[in-house]
Amino acid sequence: MKPQIAQFLINLARAALYALTALIVLGICYGLWTLDYAVIFQYFGRLLRGALLTIELVAISVLIGFCIALPTALMRVSTNPWLRNTAYAYIFYFRGTPLLVQIFFIYHGLGQLDVIREGILWPIFKEAYWCVLIAFTLNTAAYSAEILRGAIQAVPRGEIEAARAIGMSKALAYRRIILPRALRIGLPAYGNEIILMLKGSALASTITLLDLTGVARTIIARTYTPVEIFLAAGLIYIVINYAFAHGWTRIERRVNRYLAPRI
Amino acid sequence: METVLPYANLFLLGTLMTIRLALGALVLGLVLGLLGATAKLSQDPLARALAEIYTRIVRGIPELLVVLLIYFGSAVALTRLAELLGFDRYVELSPYVAGVLALGLMFGAYATEVFRGAILAVPKGQIEAARAYGMGPWLTFRRITLPQVWRLALPGLGNLFLVLMKDTALVSVIGLGEIMWVSKIGAENTKNAISFYFVASLIYLALTVVTMRGQFHLEAWANRGLPRDTR
Repeated sequence: MKPQIAQFLINLARAALYALTALIVLGICYGLWTLDYAVIFQYFGRLLRGALLTIELVAISVLIGFCIALPTALMRVSTNPWLRNTAYAYIFYFRGTPLLVQIFFIYHGLGQLDVIREGILWPIFKEAYWCVLIAFTLNTAAYSAEILRGAIQAVPRGEIEAARAIGMSKALAYRRIILPRALRIGLPAYGNEIILMLKGSALASTITLLDLTGVARTIIARTYTPVEIFLAAGLIYIVINYAFAHGWTRIERRVNRYLAPRI
Repeated sequence: METVLPYANLFLLGTLMTIRLALGALVLGLVLGLLGATAKLSQDPLARALAEIYTRIVRGIPELLVVLLIYFGSAVALTRLAELLGFDRYVELSPYVAGVLALGLMFGAYATEVFRGAILAVPKGQIEAARAYGMGPWLTFRRITLPQVWRLALPGLGNLFLVLMKDTALVSVIGLGEIMWVSKIGAENTKNAISFYFVASLIYLALTVVTMRGQFHLEAWANRGLPRDTR
C-alpha cells in the first residue's frame, strides 16, 4: 500500500473515531441527564449495607479458602500419587464448573438428601448464607491452591538446595524458605483471584442473599429503575475493587522490598 | 439418573445454546480485544483514553451485574429511543443477544490486555529489520507483527475462553435456555436438584476438557515453525 493512501486511511479512521466518540458521549450525557437521581440517593444507604455483606462474604471465604488452599497445594506438589491426584481432582472439578452450578448444587442439591436433612448439619445447609459461604470457600480454595502450586514450583531451585545443604529438613525448608518465598511470588496472582472472588460474590444474590447485587435487584423489583440502581451498584463495586487492588499493590511492594533495585 | 434421562433432549439443546452463546461472545470479544489493543498502543490520546476507560470499567464490575445491566438497561434505553422516534411500545433485546453483548464486552476487556501483551512481545529487532528493509509501519504490522500476535496471544485467549464458557451460566438468570436454565427447570419439576446440577457440572467439565484439548492442538499448530522445547 502506498504511504499516502495508508496515511489517508489512518486519518479517515481517526476522524471516524472522533465522530463516534462524540456521538457516544452525547448519548451517554443525554442518558445520564434523564436518569432518576432521587432513586439513587434514596436507596444508596441500603446499597452500601449490601456492600458490607459482599465484603463480609468475600473476606470470610478468602480467609478459610486460603487455609484449605495451602494443604491442597502441598498435596498437589507431593510425590505421593494418591495425594497429588486427589488434590488435582478437587481443583479440576471446582475450576472446571461455573460457580453458579456449585452454589445451586450445595443449596438446592444437598438440601434434598435425607442424610443432610436429618443430620446435625441441617441448620447449616438450610441457610442460604452458609451455603454461599461453603461454595465460595471451596471455589476460591481451588483457584488459590493452583496459584500457590505455581508459586511453590517457581521458587528458585538454588534456594531450596542451599537450604537442604546447610542441613534443614524438608519440613524446615518449607517453613523457612519455600513457603515464605512462594507466598511472595504468588501474591500478585492471588490479589487477582480475590478480585475475581469479589466479582463472583454477586452470585450470592441468585439464592436470595441480600449482598450488593441482591439489594440492587430487590430495589429494582420495587422501583423498576434498573439503569440507575445497577449503575450505582456497579460504581460501588468498582470503588471496592480498585481500593482493594491499590492496597494489595502496596502490600506486594512492602513484602518484596528486598527485591527492589538498591539506590 | 432415571429422572434426568427424559430431559436429555433439553440438555442437548441447552448445551448447543451454551456453545452458540460462547462462540458468539468469542467473536465479538476478539474484535473488541483487537480494537482495544490497537487503541491502547496507538499514538492517539483519545483512543488510548477510551480503551483505558472501557477495560477499567468492565473489569471492575461483576459479570452478573454486567449481564443484568445490559439486559434490563438496554430494554429501558431502547424503549426510550423508540419513544423519541415516535413509536409507543416496549422494546427489548432477546436474552441471547443481550448475553452475547455482555459476555463479549467482558471477554473483549480482558482480551485487550492479552493482545496488547502479545503485540509488545514481538521482538523489537524484527520490527527494526522490517523498517530497515523499507516496509512502512502498516506493512510491518500486517506482515511481521500480526502473524505472530496470534501465536503469542493463544495461551491467554484460551484461558479467557475457559472463563467465558463458565460465565455463560450467568445468562440463565435472564432466561436463556442454556445448560443451567435446563437444570433449573428439571430440578424444579422433579424435585431432584442434586442429579440435575450434577449432570450440568459434568457437561461443563466436558466442555472445559474439550476446550483445553482444542487449545493444546491450536498452540501446537501455531508453534509448528518454532524449534521444539527440548527440556
